Amino acid sequence: HSDRPSLIKRLMDVKLNQLGSWLGSRDFTPNGIISAVRRGHDRYYNKYINVKKGGIGGVAMLLAGYVVLSYVWEYDHIKHDRWRKYH
Amino acid sequence: MLSRLVFVTASGLKSSGPLGAGLVHASRSLHTSSQSLAPVPPLPEKGGKVRHGIFPEELFQLLYPKTGVTGPYMLGTGLLVYLLSKEIYVINHETFTAAAIGAVLIYGVKKFGPSVAAFADKLNEEKVAKAQEVKDVAMTNLTQAIENEKKEQWRVEGRGMLFDAKRNNVAMLLETNYRERLQMVTNEVKKRLDYQVALQNLHRQMEKEHMVNWVEKSVVSSITPQQEKESIAKCIADLKALAKTTQAKAAV
Repeated sequence: HSDRPSLIKRLMDVKLNQLGSWLGSRDFTPNGIISAVRRGHDRYYNKYINVKKGGIGGVAMLLAGYVVLSYVWEYDHIKHDRWRKYH
Repeated sequence: MLSRLVFVTASGLKSSGPLGAGLVHASRSLHTSSQSLAPVPPLPEKGGKVRHGIFPEELFQLLYPKTGVTGPYMLGTGLLVYLLSKEIYVINHETFTAAAIGAVLIYGVKKFGPSVAAFADKLNEEKVAKAQEVKDVAMTNLTQAIENEKKEQWRVEGRGMLFDAKRNNVAMLLETNYRERLQMVTNEVKKRLDYQVALQNLHRQMEKEHMVNWVEKSVVSSITPQQEKESIAKCIADLKALAKTTQAKAAV
């Protein structure tokens, strides 16, 4: 891929203290972001959905992630349903 | 199993992928990727492993060296307890709704999962069989076309022999015609020559006859009457002598 220079390591190979410099060298232009999203989608799709005998996991993980994300977005509203004030 | 149905319908929605028109899946973009293999590699048999439906196996493998088999489960329990105690996850009416829906979903998936999977597999197999059939028919047609082509090439070789035979025929006809004409010429020439020969013969014969007649005529005309009388008298005398001798012989 033209937008992934060969000297950039993958996230898993980056040590923790190099994280800042690694983030700084990533490509944050709209093109870069879109291609990163597409790459992620392709990886997920080819691993869990684009197979001969896929299981429930491929779709269930997406749904579970959606549930968690929607809870996170609604948290400010759900805060008011708490049972105790101090934890 | 649901992902199998997704896959069955995804191939229909291929052009309008989840990321909108214009973006083609990497697995299908054989023309834009640098490594393009002419025969498309077959799909993997099974997807990435997922435990309990929502946790990818990689998490368990990640934690296995440090915490063993129960590590991720302890992590999950600890997280859950933490979320509940700090009320980061609040228990309200939505919790019961989620629990009920979750129970129904899990029951449905466990009960009808395999049959739906078999159905989706059957659909896929039918599609593959149809494509395979098309490919097989095309292959047989092409091999048949190759054989026909080879036969035509073999026939073309035979055509050379056909032309040779025809050429021979024509040559023979020409030869026959030439000989016929030659014979005709010979006959004509012979007839003409025969005519000339006959003419000459006739000439000679007529000359001979004419000469004989002329000689006869001249001889006859040269016999004078005097000679004629003398010759007649001589003949009579001879005859008398002859008669006498024969009478004498007859008397003896």
